[in-house]
Amino acid sequence: MKLVFLIPAFPLLGALSLIFFGRKLKEPLAGYIATLAVGMSFVFSVVVWLAFLGYHSSVFVEHLFVWINTGSFKVDAGLRVDPLSLTMVLFVTGVSTLIHFYSVEYMHKDIDFPKFFLYLNLFVTSMIILVLGNNMLLTFVGWEGVGVCSYFLISFWHERPSAASAGKKAMIVNRIADVGFLLSMFLVIHYVHSLNYSAIFAAAPHLSKSVVAAIVMLAFVGAMGKSAQVPLYGWLADAMEGPTPVSALIHAATMVTAGVYLMVRLSPVLALSPDIAHVITIIGILTAFMAAMAATAQDDIKKVLAYSTVSQLGYMFVGVGTGAYAAAIFLMVTHAFYKALLFLSSGSVIHGMHDEQNLKKMGALRIVMPITAVAFFTGWMAIAGVPPFAGFWSKGDVLLGAFGESWLVWIIGLATAGVTSYYMGREYCLAFLGKARWMPATVKGKKKSAKAVSHSPHIDPHEPSYKMMIPVVTLAVLALLGGLLNLPFASSLKFLDNFLKPAIAASPSYLHSSALTQIVLGSLDAIFAIGGGLIAYFIWSKTFERPALEFTLFKNAWYIDKTGDVAIARSSTKLAEVTDGVIEPKVIDGAVVGVTKLVLAVGILIRKLASGFVRREALVIAGGLVILIIIGGLRGGL
Amino acid sequence: MSVGLNYYLILAAVLFTIGLVGLLIRRNVLVMLMCVELMLNASNLTFVAFASKLKDVGGQADVFFVLVVAAAEVVVGLAIIVSIYRKRLGATADDLSSLKG
Repeated sequence: MKLVFLIPAFPLLGALSLIFFGRKLKEPLAGYIATLAVGMSFVFSVVVWLAFLGYHSSVFVEHLFVWINTGSFKVDAGLRVDPLSLTMVLFVTGVSTLIHFYSVEYMHKDIDFPKFFLYLNLFVTSMIILVLGNNMLLTFVGWEGVGVCSYFLISFWHERPSAASAGKKAMIVNRIADVGFLLSMFLVIHYVHSLNYSAIFAAAPHLSKSVVAAIVMLAFVGAMGKSAQVPLYGWLADAMEGPTPVSALIHAATMVTAGVYLMVRLSPVLALSPDIAHVITIIGILTAFMAAMAATAQDDIKKVLAYSTVSQLGYMFVGVGTGAYAAAIFLMVTHAFYKALLFLSSGSVIHGMHDEQNLKKMGALRIVMPITAVAFFTGWMAIAGVPPFAGFWSKGDVLLGAFGESWLVWIIGLATAGVTSYYMGREYCLAFLGKARWMPATVKGKKKSAKAVSHSPHIDPHEPSYKMMIPVVTLAVLALLGGLLNLPFASSLKFLDNFLKPAIAASPSYLHSSALTQIVLGSLDAIFAIGGGLIAYFIWSKTFERPALEFTLFKNAWYIDKTGDVAIARSSTKLAEVTDGVIEPKVIDGAVVGVTKLVLAVGILIRKLASGFVRREALVIAGGLVILIIIGGLRGGL
Repeated sequence: MSVGLNYYLILAAVLFTIGLVGLLIRRNVLVMLMCVELMLNASNLTFVAFASKLKDVGGQADVFFVLVVAAAEVVVGLAIIVSIYRKRLGATADDLSSLKG
């Protein structure tokens, strides 16, 4: 257990060695070092987990050092090991290792190869600090750390203007949301005088209802930004400008779940404020539904997955809001498996198609990429929630919570599950089934591939090398078997529920509904999942142009982003132009220049006194002397 | 019998006035410098007179400082005057207005 500090130390060490020696290491050594660092981190996570299983208490805090000590306010840097943080750390480091390994091949021949792995390692370090931190401030350090790594990695190909601006957008949207997190911390400092989670949980029941509500709501604002909830979700779709492994790691499996983690971490406080829990449920289900609809009309293979991630995060918040915290974490873990799987296999597709991301220009890839097709199919089944794939069990748990909360939330959730299966089916059919639409005549290279296409008239999609296949296949197995973590058949089979119980607030009673209810709900889930998938198959396996089914409203993701663009971005651009064109030159420069002009004018006046006539100046001195003597005489009473 | 303090002070005042008036009305730079010396020595005289009267050696010590400063001033002043004369023969203080602001 004392070894827990090694979990963040290894990726940090990897990042540091890449800072200093990255240029010399070149590829693929830099990539393998980074992979090894994260892999060691995973190994020690397992070691700590095994040690924790035999530990007598449900919380272990490894105190590292006193961080801030200002009289009454003190913050210790410490790592909190409890079931929640362990679950997070295990799947974060595990999935990260696979994605690191995948990236070694994917980023092959990139000029900034070592830098990419530096950022990835730094990201994993921050993410581990985020989940292991024993107080809100340390979590916030990790929170900002993953934010800045996300920014670096989204705009990794910063020579592309779209990538650069996508990075900035992610940064700005997250900063706006972070204000909520900060204010929440200020409230906690004011009322609890400590940021330690244990202290917060102990003090929360004694605080007034409104204070608790404010703390939780502001923290949720922070979570909304990080986890891309309505209306702050536009940045996640744009974040797909980053390399695909980044989308898999940061914008699907780990970072974006930080908001869910924060709310589950604060669940003992959240449970005291049912009103805010309702707000979270509403935002969650709204996000799940809206993003799923947006995903039905996207043409970019990664954009579909991006909106799908947003939608799944919405589900997780439904779990949080309805008190099904364990279900939210369960969905988070399984989602990490199947979404990483989907992103990595779409990465293989993009790789094989020479950086082509448009679904409308793919088709029939199952013939040339059979393993990837199977992997993607597994991902589809898992995310759709077809039994026995992982998503069925985890989404089932969340929907069970929604069912207990309200009929409306449950129905929307169920419909969204059908839509989820539909849009993933559409994506699968467009990419892997139907007729090939990438014959030389129709191929139009895009972005970087323009050059590659011009000198090679035939693109030949192919399976990537085994190095990229290993992580994909591993994740496919996990996506298939992930449900084993938490099977509903007997309480002894609910491993995750039982494991997490001490770390989270008690779940409401309706989660323990009767077996009959569970079977009926589960069957409905399965019917919707399979139904959505079948509809998608019948529509999209034969044709790829159905404009009637790709609504402009959904293609533009409900115009929320555009509205924000017009209402906020444009107006603030105008404001910036005004400050640049008027306030800056007239007011600020005016003040600065005014001071110099004043000094100059005074100087012109004063220098007339310096006539250069020595005798006159001597006379002035003498006159002054006389006046001084007279004054002195008068004062002395002469 | 000793000479009274007042006589010393009157002499010093007369010397100082001569120096001051000379500084103000003469244009020859060399003479002006001499006038400054005259004024310095007038103040020296008052220092010594008061030191003797008040039995305080501090006043006499101050005279040494004044003498040193005066010597340094003469060195610098004469050097400037010499260099001015080398450039513009027969220049008076009123011609030297190159320090005009």
